Order: sequence, then structure tokens, then C-alpha cells
Amino acid sequence: MPARTPRPHAPPSRRRGKDAAAGIDQATRLRLYQLMVELRLFEQRAYDLFVENLIRGTSHLALGQEAIAAGYAVAMQPDDYTFCTYRGHGHTLARSASIASMAAGMAELLGRSTGMLHGKGGSMHLTDVAHGAMGSYAIVGAHLPIAAGAAWSAQARKSGQVAVCFFGDGTTNIGAFHEALNLAVVWKLPVVFVCENNQYMEYTPIRSVTAVEHPAADRAAAYGLERILVDGNDVDVMYETAMRTTGQARRGGGPSLVEAITYRHGGHSRGDPATYRPAAEVREWLSRDPIKHYRERLASMGVDEEALKRIDDEAQRKIDLATEEARNAPPARVEDIETQVWSDGGSAWRN
Amino acid sequence: MAELTFREAVAAGIAQEMTRDPTVYFIGEDVAAAGGVFKATVGLFERFGPERVRDTPISEQAIIGAAMGAAMTGLRPVVEIMFSDFLATCWDMVANQVAKTRYMTDGQVSLPLVIRTANGGGSRFGAQHSQSLENWGMAVPGLKVVAPSTPADAKGLLAAAIRDPDPVLFFEQKSLYGVKGEVPEDEHVERLGEALVRRTGKDCTIIALAAMVPRALAAASELERIGIDATVVDVRCLVPLDTRTILGEVRKTGHLFTVEENPRLCGWGAEIASIVADECFDDLDGPIVRITTPHVPLPAAQTMEDAAIPSVERIVETVRRSMR
Repeated sequence: MPARTPRPHAPPSRRRGKDAAAGIDQATRLRLYQLMVELRLFEQRAYDLFVENLIRGTSHLALGQEAIAAGYAVAMQPDDYTFCTYRGHGHTLARSASIASMAAGMAELLGRSTGMLHGKGGSMHLTDVAHGAMGSYAIVGAHLPIAAGAAWSAQARKSGQVAVCFFGDGTTNIGAFHEALNLAVVWKLPVVFVCENNQYMEYTPIRSVTAVEHPAADRAAAYGLERILVDGNDVDVMYETAMRTTGQARRGGGPSLVEAITYRHGGHSRGDPATYRPAAEVREWLSRDPIKHYRERLASMGVDEEALKRIDDEAQRKIDLATEEARNAPPARVEDIETQVWSDGGSAWRN
Repeated sequence: MAELTFREAVAAGIAQEMTRDPTVYFIGEDVAAAGGVFKATVGLFERFGPERVRDTPISEQAIIGAAMGAAMTGLRPVVEIMFSDFLATCWDMVANQVAKTRYMTDGQVSLPLVIRTANGGGSRFGAQHSQSLENWGMAVPGLKVVAPSTPADAKGLLAAAIRDPDPVLFFEQKSLYGVKGEVPEDEHVERLGEALVRRTGKDCTIIALAAMVPRALAAASELERIGIDATVVDVRCLVPLDTRTILGEVRKTGHLFTVEENPRLCGWGAEIASIVADECFDDLDGPIVRITTPHVPLPAAQTMEDAAIPSVERIVETVRRSMR
């Protein structure tokens, strides 16, 4: 048994979200809402296809965590870099959110030839370099140093680009996290590390296996960084945090470490019903659904129901089209097995 | 031509490529002002400055990860992992990330990076600073693996590795750092994937890599005195592997010996033995014989280490007995 009884984090105050929203124009607010809805519907559809047994392997859905992906994606410049984890459908698709990329993402989950990676990567490795999504990494912690490297390259090329690296709370206990943070600070790299603290390291409450209460924020001081702890379920807060941290990086102010408190609506992966989580805790967090909340906020700010409904319907149509396109695609080609190991397109290891 | 030590030739190879290509950057532990613990990068910091030649913390995952992120976004990084043994602390980065990402993304990213590392025994450092582990890299699809045996190749193959569009593990045998040899002063670039016949004989073919090449050549000279005329092939590059040269040289003599510094199991010679058995079995006039370090962690004491790694005497004796 864990030494301490885990309890869900209370999110930092809602008022802060409203304050943040005050400086955000309406077009941006609607874009944030739209993107969250699209990411939600994509994940729900992925879940449905799993239940239909059309998707094999595994998947790690980010249902409930959409505000973080949307807040950053909307704030980022088109040539900025996103690095994310195996729970990365949303982060990857958020960078373009076109029907084409949704269809390619869905096709990759379905093992189709039109998949984003033509069947070679699968759910845990969605990558869309053309839109700055530099990869979903399935070994915990590995992509933090890689994101630092992309930031080093941007710094060396004086390109003004920023790398944003998303990871879970469990990542803060692996060595690569600390190696990357230290290097990023020492070299003053334009990188933002965003910890999505969904409070469970796979099946285990993060608090029961971590020396500090806030796995990322409480460690910021060790690297001379500001302690940034925000409500990851409030998309206005996430957008404002994204603008601030990417802005600092872009101006040469160096890296940031953000801890965004959120909650996974489902289990760790496909095979996890998440029965280890107390029912009251789940209920409480479902009531803090970032999309439901934001819809209410937008309505209270005078956005009419019709406009919101149009966004909902359009997102649904987009996901339906993408799904249809993916389902109709042929399976991944076995002829491609021995391609693209090397830059010449092949896999020859001898003459 | 200039006479350089192997370590000077390494620095010359990096300098040549940094001069030619402004996207080549070099990082590692103690590599900048200190010039590397093996002094293989002396002068680079002074010549190319602190932006392009940078010291890192002792953070091998961050070193390889930084190189990977930089390589996928427009730089051509060269990194030094001080001892190849330390690859174990960042093998996730090498084997899971660097090696696989091009394939998993079906070519969305390229990773033009070089991981240089001091490899092998002979320094009495004990089992955690002496391993010869080229076969680790060879076992992972997506990595090119190079191990030069001469100063000229240290420069020419390193230049080729830096220009290569894919990740290269570049093993520098520690026992070779002090060896001197003629090195072209002008631009010098070899090609990856080409073995070199260092000596031609008619009786048997000895295939060796890195520090085992000069030993195989010395053994061949002694064997000649007892009437055995040996060919010596320097493999130079394990991936891609020049099987055409290897098979051709085995066919000519009908006898194959490999000389490997690595511990026995799954050494690179085993793969070559398998290919030769598959593809020119009928040309063989005797069993394929592998001469390797025994399958033990390398011991530290001088007497033990010298006896463990294949020596000129052991090569001569093994070939002589087998050819009797």
C-alpha cells in the first residue's frame, strides 16, 4: 500500500481562467473550443473502432486532457516543434487538424496503407513533420532530450522556433527528464516542457511513488526555473500559459517547465478499465470536463448556442469523413516492410 | 601526406567536415577546451568556437537525445560518448530512438548524426571501460557501424560518416589512438561499406576489424615464415557490410579466420561465418575458425587482459594448427 493516500488535486481557481480569457479574442476562443471538440471526437471514434475490433494493438487515449493540447497548438507558430508521448493522437493532430490529417491518423490506427506512417508506427508513434509534429515517443522520457535537441538546433540556426514537449506525470521520475531539464537550462534552449499531470502513472497514483506533491512544479526550483502550476482543464489558462512560455523561449529567455493538472477520463490504455480509481474521484473530474466547461463559459460570454452547435456539427462531420476515408483504405502494404530504414529509401545492410 | 597519430587523424576528420559544412556541430563530455579525455579533439574548440564545439554534462541520454533532435531539424551533429561502455546508459536513445524513428515515421525524418566512441581493451581499465561492443550496434536495424584500423581511415571514414545521411556509430579503438600513419592532408573521404584487402596471400583469409587488423597483419608476416601465405581483410564497416569483398577473398583461399576483440557470443565474425557458410560453402576447404576474446567480462590486470584479447601469437598458433 502506498504510504500516503492519494487524493485528486483540486484545480487552481477557475477565476484565473476567466481572467486569462479576458485577453483572448473571440476568434481564438472559438478556435480553442473547436480544436478541443475535434480532438475529443477523434479519441471517442478511436475508442469505438477499438470496441468494434477494427483497431488492433493498443491505444492510449487523452480523453479529458484536450485543453492542454488545444491551448498550446493554437498558441504555437506553424514552424514550432511538438514532441509528445504515446498518448499523442491529440497533440499530433492538433498541429493541423485537417480532415486529411485526421484521416491519416485514423488510418494509421487501423493499419491502413494511407496511414500517417503507412502502417509502420501505429497508435503510439503518430508523427506529422510537415506540420511540426515531430513524433510520438513510446519510451517514457526519451523525447525530452530530443525536444531539447530540436531547440538547440533552432537556437543554432537562429530560426526563432520553439520546441514544446508534452509528457505525463510518471515521466518526472525517470532520468531522461532530469538530464533534459538540466541541459536545457545550461544551454538556455528555446524549449517548453509541459507535464500533463493526470494524476496516475499508468495504474498507480503518482503521489504514492513521488517524493514531492507536484511532480514537475515542485522540481522546477532544482533547475532554477519558475514554479508553474496551472489548471490543465481550463483551455484559456492553457492558451495563456502557452503564449507566455513559448514567448519567453522565442525571446531567448530559455526553457520553462509547466505542470498542468488534468485527469484521464478513461484507463491508461485499451486494456485498462481503471477500476483502481475511486468512483467519487472520477465523478468529480468528469464534472470538470474541459469541453463542457468551456462551452458554458463561451455561452456566458455571449457566444450564441447556434454558433457552438455549428462547431460541434462541423467537427462531427470532419471525424465522420476522416473515419470513412480511413475505413475504405486498403491495408498497409507488405512490400513496404523493407523500405525507409535508410535515407536511400531501402534497408540494405550488405552488398 | 602527413604522419599523424590515430587521435590526431580523428580531430583532422572532424575539422575537415566542420570547415566544409557549417551545420556540423560537435558535443560531448570534456571535448571542448579539454580536447577530450583521449585528446582526440584537440584544437577544435579553439578553431570553431564555443557555439559549434560544446561541453555537455555527464548526461549521455541528453547528449544522444540532443543530437537526435538537432539532426531531425537541420544540423549534422557529431557527439562523443567518452567510453563505448557508457552507451549502456543511453542505449534507449541509440537503439529505440535514433535507430528506429526514420523507419517508424516511414521516412518523415532523417537522422544524419555520428556517435563517436572510444572502444575496446588494452588499457587495464577493467570490464566497464574496455568493452568491444560493435556487435551491439550491428544487432539494431537502422544503425551504420564503422571501426577504422588506421589513422588514414580514422580521418576518411569519419568524414564519410559525417556526410552520411543516416546515423553512424563510429568506434575508435583506444589501443590505436597512439598509432602513427600517413594521412592525406587534402580533403580525404572514404566510402562506408567497403572492406579493404590489406595483404594478399594464397593459403587462407583472415578477416579482422579495428585493432585486430594490425595484429592480423603481424600474424600474417610470421605465418609467412612458416610457409602459410595469408590474405588479411580489414572489414572497416560492419553495417553496411562488404560481403562481396569478403566472399571473394574467402573463395580464393578456401580458409576463413575471423579475428574479433569482442567476447565470443554473437560477435560480428559469427554473422560473417553464417554468410560464408550459406553462400560459398563449396569453396571452403576447412572449417571456419573464429578467434575472439573469451566470453567473459574483460579483466583488468595486464597479464589477464593481454591473454584474453586475441594476440599475434594466438592468431599465428590458431591458424597454424588449423591449416596443418
